[in-house]
Amino acid sequence: MTNPFRKERKFIGEFLAEWSIRIVASLSIVIIFLIFFFVFREAASLFTTMNVGTANSKTETPAPRSADAQAAAPEQYSAETYGDAPETYGESDGAAEQYNPAVEVEPLPGTNILTPLNMNYPEIYNPETGSLPADINDPTPMGTFSVTEQPLSLWENLTSNVWQPVGVQPKFGMIPLLIGTAKTTVIAILLGAPLGILAAIFTAFFAPARVRNIVKPAIELLAGFPSVVVGFFCLVTVASFIQDNFDNTFRLNALVGGIGLALAVIPIVYAIAEDSLSAVPRTLWEASLALGSTKWQTAYRVMLPAAAPGVFAAVLLGIGRAFGETMIAIMATGNAALNSWSAFAPARTFAATIGSEMGEVVWGSEHYGVLFLLGTILFVVSFSLNAVTELYVKKRLIKRFQGR
Amino acid sequence: MAKELQAKIHASAFSVFYRDKQALHSVTLDIPERKVTAFIGPSGCGKSTFLRSINRMNDLVEGVRNEGRMIVDGTDVYDKSVDVVTLRRRIGMVFQKSIPFPKSIYENITYGMTLTERKTKAELDEIVESSLKRSALWEEVKDRLKNSALGLSGGQQQRLCIARAIAVNPDILLMDEPCSALDPISTGKVEELISELKDTYTIVLVTHNMQQAARVSDLTGFFLMGKLIEFDKTRTIFTSPAQKETEDYITGRFG
Ligand SMILES: Nc1ncnc2c1ncn2[C@@H]1O[C@H](COP(=O)(O)OP(=O)(O)OP(=O)(O)O)[C@@H](O)[C@H]1O
Ligand SMILES: [Mg+2]
Repeated sequence: MTNPFRKERKFIGEFLAEWSIRIVASLSIVIIFLIFFFVFREAASLFTTMNVGTANSKTETPAPRSADAQAAAPEQYSAETYGDAPETYGESDGAAEQYNPAVEVEPLPGTNILTPLNMNYPEIYNPETGSLPADINDPTPMGTFSVTEQPLSLWENLTSNVWQPVGVQPKFGMIPLLIGTAKTTVIAILLGAPLGILAAIFTAFFAPARVRNIVKPAIELLAGFPSVVVGFFCLVTVASFIQDNFDNTFRLNALVGGIGLALAVIPIVYAIAEDSLSAVPRTLWEASLALGSTKWQTAYRVMLPAAAPGVFAAVLLGIGRAFGETMIAIMATGNAALNSWSAFAPARTFAATIGSEMGEVVWGSEHYGVLFLLGTILFVVSFSLNAVTELYVKKRLIKRFQGR
Repeated sequence: MAKELQAKIHASAFSVFYRDKQALHSVTLDIPERKVTAFIGPSGCGKSTFLRSINRMNDLVEGVRNEGRMIVDGTDVYDKSVDVVTLRRRIGMVFQKSIPFPKSIYENITYGMTLTERKTKAELDEIVESSLKRSALWEEVKDRLKNSALGLSGGQQQRLCIARAIAVNPDILLMDEPCSALDPISTGKVEELISELKDTYTIVLVTHNMQQAARVSDLTGFFLMGKLIEFDKTRTIFTSPAQKETEDYITGRFG
């Protein structure tokens, strides 16, 4: 006897789509957890490789301070370790003689501490000012401006494309900051919103109650994850990963920062999208299945559109979070105000600018005022995002379920 | 076997458990083709459970388990080879409280059809019109097909849900208390509709309204505490029931 209810599905495409969505959605949940797990793993390496200190003891042993220890110094600080120092590190000319064992000048106690341990930085890092140049490819060294430059009006200054707030002639061009903010926010949303929404669809409709009861609160708790930890994780792990795979010039760039911001965005998008998806009446789910649709068809053709205002709100709030997030933006983006749209170039966001400059600004100066202007823009944008969410979404939800 | 083929739906020793709780106790019955079969009984006696077992909507409940066989068109619907999506397409369902999809009236009707195949605009238009006509809704909504279905009245919404179910052209229509949220006039319209539809569809109806069962059904089954107490021609059930419990229930209600 032939079975009248055998599969009559003709479209292999739909079958594939269904399974790929299923796999991607579960993967996204796994990835979300793995990412946060990796943050902890970085810390765990501290305990698993306790011998780090001894392996690098040559460079890390502090200079001998006592009289008896001085005798041993020449052997400890061999040319092998410090021989290159004079050539690469211009500031420590005097140290060249000190550390050359051949000359056998007695080292002054304690001076070794001042010798930079990392010899790779000199071209980039200016220990005098403690700052990084805006663009390391820029041939002009930091802080050398032609004094003959015409002074700019405030508006021209704000809309120029150089952000150099400290200098003979401070430049407050917000264009690079705008580009940096847009770059990182877009990357964060492109990564974070789909992951968050897929994970929400999965737990709202597909995962068994047991899984849902664990996954939902767990992801929501991640919203409270300290952003400095996420920033650190990106600075160390994500940056290395990106560099290994893309061979990019800048280790810290908008992509690394965007990934970091996505980590902050995912829990927010997930939490709000999940709530609005589960708020859709269950009768719709059953009615659609009873018409002979698959669970995925029901999810994306009935439930997702019904929850669209809430999902939209989730994305808006996610944008707000990425836009206003400060610590991750300072730590993982490279924090340099470049005028480049490349994802592999560093970026500096509004929030990161305030965060890193407000502490040192001269109270009441022009720079101070500009930072507050940035703060106002941040506030206005976040406020409008929230307001739109609140007003638009409430109205649409009421309309959707009452048909008025 | 001959009997199995004759009956559209045949349950044999069918039991349902919700975790440890048994909701249906070995129900055996035959539901004939193109007739209206009504199930009555006090609340919680397992009417919905039986109905939802026919198109396997109960699969959605976590921890549900079945015993026995539920045969539709000669095939056990719980057999491994059965695709539940195809099964549900062949068995339409109307719920007590089924709000339309938050889409337009037109999209509500076409939703089921566009799930598996691409249809031209003309084909869709035709099916929308015919299913709305058959559910006696066409005259009321023909000028506002693009409006949200949520703007319809409760009775219109329920008829829209019926139209939505018959648009995919099933053989069987399951209705779980389709009128319990409706006023008498809307109820009358839906009952009229049921009588018309039974020429084409095998209809299984759950109702709390005894007059309704008496008015529209050909056969009536009485459930009590998960057991099928009596199943016979509607006239027999309401005039000379064989079981004492059936009589008590019916007379108790009619007072
Ligand atoms: N999802 C469920 N989980 C656990 N128990 C359930 C579930 N659904 C129904 N039951 C139980 O199964 C029994 C039969 O329920 P069912 O819904 O079939 O009754 P009913 O006859 O349709 O009642 P009503 O007339 O109130 O709709 C009840 O005791 C009910 O508590
Ligand atoms: Mg019921």
